[in-house]
Amino acid sequence: MKFDTPATTNPIDQLRVIGQPVNRIDGPRKTTGTATYAYEWHDAAPNPAYGYIVGSAIAKGRINAIDLAAAKAAPGVLAIVTAENAGKLEKGSLNTAKLLGGPDIQHYHQAVAVVVAETFEQARAAAQLVRVDYASAQGAFDLAKLTDSAKPEKITGGPADTKVGDFAAAFAAAPVQLDATYTTPDEAHAMMEPHASMAAWDGDKLTLWTSNQMIAWNVADIAKTLAIPKEKVRLISPYIGGGFGGKLFPRADALLAALGARAAGRPVKVALQRPLMFNNTTHRPATIQRIRIGASKDGKITAIGHESWSGDLPGGQPDGAVSQTRLLYAGADRMTTTRLAVLDLPEANAMRAPGEATGMMALEIAIDEMAEKLGIDPVELRILNDTQVDPEKPERSFSQRRLIECLRTGAERFGWSKRSAAPGRVRDGRWLVGTGVAAAFRNNMLTKSAARVRLDSSGIVTVETDMTDIGTGSYTIIAQTAAEMMGVPIDKVVVRLGDSNFPVSAGSGGQWGGNNSTAGVYAACIKLREAVAQKLGFNSAEAAFADGQVKSGNRSVPLAEAAGDGELAAEDVIEYGDLAKKYQQSTFGAHFVEVGVDTATAEIRVRRMLAVCAAGRILNPKTARSQVIGAMTMGVGAALMEELVIDKRHGFFVNHDLAGYEVPVHADIPHQDVIFLDETDPMSSPMKAKGIAELGICGVAAAVANAIYNASGVRVRDYPITLDKLLDRLPEVG
Amino acid sequence: MKSFTYERANSPAEAAAAAARTPRAKFIAGGTNLLDLMKLEIETPSHLIDVNRLALDKIEPTSEGGLRLGALVRNTELATDERVRRDYGLLSRALLAGASGQLRNKATTAGNLLQRTRCPYFYDTNQPCNKRQPGSGCSAIGGFSRQHAVIGASEACIATHPSDMAVAMCALDAVVETVRPDGATRNIPIAEFHRLPGDTPEIETTLASGELITAVTLPKPVGGKQIYRKVRDRASYAFALVSVAAIVQRDGSGRVALGGVAHKPWRVEAAEADLPRGAKAVTAKLLADARPTRENAFKLTLAERTLAAVLTEARG
Repeated sequence: MKFDTPATTNPIDQLRVIGQPVNRIDGPRKTTGTATYAYEWHDAAPNPAYGYIVGSAIAKGRINAIDLAAAKAAPGVLAIVTAENAGKLEKGSLNTAKLLGGPDIQHYHQAVAVVVAETFEQARAAAQLVRVDYASAQGAFDLAKLTDSAKPEKITGGPADTKVGDFAAAFAAAPVQLDATYTTPDEAHAMMEPHASMAAWDGDKLTLWTSNQMIAWNVADIAKTLAIPKEKVRLISPYIGGGFGGKLFPRADALLAALGARAAGRPVKVALQRPLMFNNTTHRPATIQRIRIGASKDGKITAIGHESWSGDLPGGQPDGAVSQTRLLYAGADRMTTTRLAVLDLPEANAMRAPGEATGMMALEIAIDEMAEKLGIDPVELRILNDTQVDPEKPERSFSQRRLIECLRTGAERFGWSKRSAAPGRVRDGRWLVGTGVAAAFRNNMLTKSAARVRLDSSGIVTVETDMTDIGTGSYTIIAQTAAEMMGVPIDKVVVRLGDSNFPVSAGSGGQWGGNNSTAGVYAACIKLREAVAQKLGFNSAEAAFADGQVKSGNRSVPLAEAAGDGELAAEDVIEYGDLAKKYQQSTFGAHFVEVGVDTATAEIRVRRMLAVCAAGRILNPKTARSQVIGAMTMGVGAALMEELVIDKRHGFFVNHDLAGYEVPVHADIPHQDVIFLDETDPMSSPMKAKGIAELGICGVAAAVANAIYNASGVRVRDYPITLDKLLDRLPEVG
Repeated sequence: MKSFTYERANSPAEAAAAAARTPRAKFIAGGTNLLDLMKLEIETPSHLIDVNRLALDKIEPTSEGGLRLGALVRNTELATDERVRRDYGLLSRALLAGASGQLRNKATTAGNLLQRTRCPYFYDTNQPCNKRQPGSGCSAIGGFSRQHAVIGASEACIATHPSDMAVAMCALDAVVETVRPDGATRNIPIAEFHRLPGDTPEIETTLASGELITAVTLPKPVGGKQIYRKVRDRASYAFALVSVAAIVQRDGSGRVALGGVAHKPWRVEAAEADLPRGAKAVTAKLLADARPTRENAFKLTLAERTLAAVLTEARG
């Protein structure tokens, strides 16, 4: 199905199942421990062996020699794979660094060997007997020292630099100016389930049970890496214990399970040990961001400039921190630049809302600083500079843009009018209390997505697509879509996901999964409805599908009859025309946060959070809310504690476990409110939905930072905002 | 994990004798720290002596009017004991500020005292660490040192001791009771139990080889306001940046111990005389010889400000 004209009324608009707060249909399997995660396919490949990865002890250099003698002689060892004996391996097109290093080492904890043994414990013990002799080389690990040598590099969805009018002149002429630099640190996905895979070979055919967000990407890249045809690779990944972008690409667990299984002649399981998770895999890169804003005295932005620097391994990519600045606020003269430095740290890559998440951390503090300079309320300043068209290409309007309504609704619900604009004025016992606001913005991406739908003679509708559910609720919204389209209750729908034997979907990433994958299911269901109508002798344009019946005029036939004694199947793909070129499709929101700053210790604790979101049709308010509160929690982590600390002498992330890399715990997160504006976006897809999962993080950290300023009067521009950055600037105790 | 042999001890003296008999033997109780370290091969005992069946899990009154806390009393049980809560609130509060419910259910009194540092370089076996591998060097010096010691450290090691419980025990003048392999027992005042790193940071306590902790005794209750204030970036499940254990009497006198600043709970009795003069005066003496790194110098300000808040609360 080609989607190239705005959606009109369609069966989804009935909202009998879609739009309802349906419980997760995969919930019982997860709560009873019967959902099979990658490491838990106990029946699929009996008697597997276990692989344990050895990570490089240096960040850059070469392996002189590896001594495997002691490890090979250890109890239970079946095979040891290194770059020396692995055979020829390509680098995956989605990987920047090789998944199996040697003799050259590209980053700390890059895999240099996998030891395969009868038991996990034997593999782990033997892995510690692998002796690697390294020749360490000097590397570059400090982004701040490399800003001058950084090169322009394009970002996702746009060029490196953009320019409209004469920014420099307009900024110089502006009566009110801000010129500030902000930094965000490297961050880890730190998902609960580590990267894990089980591999089994049947002749030249490889089956990989893995934990991966993008099935088709990974089939192609695993095949490329192993230099085998992609038809020989089957990937199975129906349950994923968190991804956040860290499982978009094949990682060492998958490749080394495949190589280990080939070497051992047995199925092999590999899970990354937690201490390897932070340097062996990808991470969100640190940024340095300079923002300049010029405005007239009445608060109209006349000039806005955003420059961003980040680093990655050679051949890598930058963080797209300037993306939202191209679209969020009006202003005639504007510029953005993106510069990429070469670093020898582990590979930088996507993490939840790559680009906007970091960009909004800086931009939305800058707007707060401007509001203070102008003496204008920060909610009003944002409203004053709203734009209904793409400010770089004014001929393009937004498909939907209700930022103002998000801000106004949030301000009212949060009690914003009671706020003291002057910082440091509100005290509650030992706490200095403040509130902060930030806009939320994340683009909506369209990507084709296919599904197959089958109807059997008992009236069960089965959906098959290689879409993944990374904890987001894909199973449930896909079931709701099929139930709505075929006119059956949701318990008559079976959803099967995450298998490369199924039609290729959008996959999970960039908050594109929900809208695109359900639109693919919609397309397949339209086809199935036509087949059903034809089979039962209805005119498909007139047939109504409801209550398990197909009806037209006075005639009503059970849907199941269309399957006869067998089944009726249909497959289709949603493909997009140029609506996304004609209209800018983005999602909008507003975050409101109240924090307390301890008057003595400067400990910061969030007290209240509210998000208002306008993101097209909300397919399931329960799973959507769950996505948004999870993202808000991650935003609190980014604001207050998350930082991969670099040892700049040796080039690695030092705090590489969950004790050292702190993410929020329950005690850090207060009551969270989420409001969804009632919206449909006919430009996005027949579902009229857009992404929601990443909108929830964009802006949160800045709202926290602004609340800290309002509470304490201390402006911190370097994340995370830890107590040591405030302590010296708080008043005396007592 | 390296292979090891295992035995279950039947009496404290027997356990101590077994430890003396076998080189590189370790006692195991809750195992909440030791097992993690063994998996990473940071600890590589050749022999484990399981002391869990020893009858050391009681909290009993002493003839001096204090309490004897068995070495195997779990942290949860200790924190919730009615007598502890009533007479030694400081200890209960410190325990509940540490770890998580699950860990406290398993961790023991003696094990808590013997837990190892959480220095990230200690945990990364690719990196030099004098505590893990004597003579290899200290990676934290000149490296990531935000969490590390500001006082009492050495050129060999700037690690901190992570326990909250021990800080409270230090302020309470607790005494560690032990038995040695020859069956002899002794009492070690808590202040003398943990060592400063010096040139031998791998030696963390004054226990002799094979010596087994059997109990910790608390002297007769001293009353006063007992406050344990733990400061950290996140609200729970994190080690202290700085913690303050304070006992403040009605007349303004009292005791103070700090956590998160040194290789052991930090208490200087001479500084306590200045309590009536306020936090600045006390911390000036308490941390007079501090030598922080650039990254952890904030701990000096933080300790003073936290103590000031604690004193305000105590007097309020």
